[in-house]
Amino acid sequence: MQTHIESSSPARAAVANVGRSRGFLERWSFAILAVLLLAALPLSLDVFRLGLAAKFLSLGFCAVGIVLIWGYGGILSLGQGVFFGLGSYMMAMFLKLESTGADSSAQALSSFFGSSLPDFMVWNSIEALPWWWEPFHHVWFTLPAIVLLPALLAFVLAYANFRKRVGGVYFSIITLALSAILSIVIIGQQGVTGGVNGINDFRTFLGVNLDEDRVKIAMYFVTCVLLLACVAVGRFLLRSRLGKVLVAIRDREDRVRFSGYDPALFKAFVFAVAAIFSSIGGALFTMQVGLASPSLVGIVPSVEMVIYAAVGGRLSLVGAVYGAVLVGAAKTFFSENFVEYWMYFIGVLFVVVVMFLPDGLAGLIARVRARRSKAPTPATAPLATATGVAK
Amino acid sequence: MSELILAVEDLTVSFDGFKAVDGLNFYVEKDELRVVIGPNGAGKTTLLDMICGKTKPTAGTIKFKYRDLAEMIEFQITRLGVGRKFQNPSVYEDLTVFENLEISYPQRRGLLGSLLFRRDDALLDKIDEVAGLIFLDEVLRHKAGQLSHGQKQWLEIGMLLMQDPELLLLDEPVAGMSAREREQTAQLLNGISKGRSIVVIEHDMAFVKLIAHKVTVLHQGKLLAEGSMDEVQADERVREVYLGH
Repeated sequence: MQTHIESSSPARAAVANVGRSRGFLERWSFAILAVLLLAALPLSLDVFRLGLAAKFLSLGFCAVGIVLIWGYGGILSLGQGVFFGLGSYMMAMFLKLESTGADSSAQALSSFFGSSLPDFMVWNSIEALPWWWEPFHHVWFTLPAIVLLPALLAFVLAYANFRKRVGGVYFSIITLALSAILSIVIIGQQGVTGGVNGINDFRTFLGVNLDEDRVKIAMYFVTCVLLLACVAVGRFLLRSRLGKVLVAIRDREDRVRFSGYDPALFKAFVFAVAAIFSSIGGALFTMQVGLASPSLVGIVPSVEMVIYAAVGGRLSLVGAVYGAVLVGAAKTFFSENFVEYWMYFIGVLFVVVVMFLPDGLAGLIARVRARRSKAPTPATAPLATATGVAK
Repeated sequence: MSELILAVEDLTVSFDGFKAVDGLNFYVEKDELRVVIGPNGAGKTTLLDMICGKTKPTAGTIKFKYRDLAEMIEFQITRLGVGRKFQNPSVYEDLTVFENLEISYPQRRGLLGSLLFRRDDALLDKIDEVAGLIFLDEVLRHKAGQLSHGQKQWLEIGMLLMQDPELLLLDEPVAGMSAREREQTAQLLNGISKGRSIVVIEHDMAFVKLIAHKVTVLHQGKLLAEGSMDEVQADERVREVYLGH
C-alpha cells in the first residue's frame, strides 16, 4: 500500500524521508555545537579563557550572518564591522552613561562643568551631552535600538542598491566604503565618540558588576544561547521557501524575477537579518570586553569576519561559529607570540582556504564523509576476487 | 475572431541607433499557439524580451489582457500571467527538480509569505501533474544541474506551467534536443496549448510544422509575413530571406 501511494505521487515520495539522506554530522551538528558551547567549554576552561572564548563567539555572530548573506544570498559584505560597531557603540553609550551617573568622582567632575558628562567628553571640552546620546540613558531604548537600528539601516541601504540592480562586487565596494567611513567618523569626532580610544571604563550593567567571575560566566552563557538562537533562526530561514528563493537568486537572479519574485526585497531582508546578528554580537562583545573601539568597525575586522565564515565553511551556519573561534584563537596565539606576522598568517590562511577548501572546514568534513561512504566498495571487491581465485 | 490576449502595436526598440525591432504590430489570440520565425538578428528574442519586461521598448505599446506592460517590471508582469522560457535553459542548478518546481508555484511570493510557506496537497498534486507532463517524475530529487540539456529545457517549461500563465513565451524550446525529445516536446506543447496562449521562437521547420497554428515571419525587426505554415512557405519574400537557401 505504501509503495502504491509513493508511486502514484512522485512529489510526495520526493519530500518523504529527506532527513534520512543526511549524514550523522549534518543532522546533529546543531546539538553537537550546543553541547560544546554549553557544557564542554565551561567545564574545561578557566574564567579568563572562557572570557576569551566569549569574545570570539561575539564575533561569531557576524560570521553566522555572513554565511546567510554570502554563502546563500551571494552578497559579499565587507562591511559587517559597521553593524557590529553600531551594536557595540550603542551598548557602550548606555554603559558609559550608567557608570557616569553612578561614579562619584565623575559626578564631581561633571557638576563642575555644569552637566553629567562621560569623562572623555569632559576632556574634549564638550559642554553638553549631544541629543543623540540622551535616549541611551534608558535600557528600554538601548536594547531594542541594538536590534532595530542596524536592521533599518541595512535594509534601506541594501534595498536602495538592489532595487537599482547594483550588486555583486559593486555592492561589496559600497559596504567596504561604509566601514571605512564609519571608522573615520568615529575617530574624527573624538569629543562625542571617544575617538581612537573608543569608549571604555565602565563597570556595571543595570547595577550588576560585569567584572565579577560569576557575572562573566553568566554572560558567557547568555552569549552562547543568543548565538545558538541566531544559528537556529538562520536554519529556519534557509529551510523555508525563502531560503530556496535565496539560493535561486544567488545562482540566477535574473531568472528569479521571471518566477514572480522581487529579488531586491529578499536580498535586503537577509542583509538586514545579518546586520541584526552582527549588532547583537557587538553589544555582547562590549559588555564582556569592556570596550567599544573603532578598530572593530573598520575594513580589517570586517574582512576578518568574512575569513571566519570562509574558514568555517560559507555554506554552514554552524561552521561559521567554529571558524570564528578557531581563527580568533589562532589570532590570539599569533599576536602574542609573533606580533608582526599575524597579518601574513591570516592572508595565507585566506588564500589556502579559497584555493583548496572553497567550502571551508564544513566542506572538508563532507568530503571525508563522501570518501568514506564510497570506500567499502573498492576494499571489498579485491577480497571477493581473491577468494574467488582461491576456490 | 476570438479574443485577443496580447496586442503589440508600433513597437520599436533601438540600441545605439540600431533598430532591433522596428514599428512592429503583433497580435496573439486566446488559446493560440503562434510560432515566430526569421533569420538571425530579425528581432525575435528582443520581441519576447520586451513583452516580459527584460528590455524596455523605445516606442509603442504592449497590452496583455488590455493592460499596458510598459510601466511594469519583470516580476509584476510574471504575476500578471506571462511566463518566459529563455534560449539557454535557465533553471536553478543548485536546487532539486522538485524545488525548482516548488519555487515556481504562484503563491506566497512575498517576503513574509515565503517565510511561512507550507507545502499543501494542492502544491504536491500540481507538482505531480507538471512533473508527469514534462517527463521528469522519476528525477524529482535530482539536482537540476545534473539533468541533460533537453531535460533542463523541459524543466524550465515545467516551471512555467507551475505558474499557470495565460501567455507562455518560449525561446527555442527544442534547441539541443534529440529527434525523439523533439517529438515528445511537440506533444507536450500541443497538450498544454489548450486553455492558454503560447508564442514559440523556433528555427527547426519540421518542429514548427508539428505545432504551429499560425506563423509570423520577422525580418530586420519588421513583420514580413503572417499566416498558416503553408501560406508562409508559399510567400515569395519569405522564401527569399529565409526558407529558400
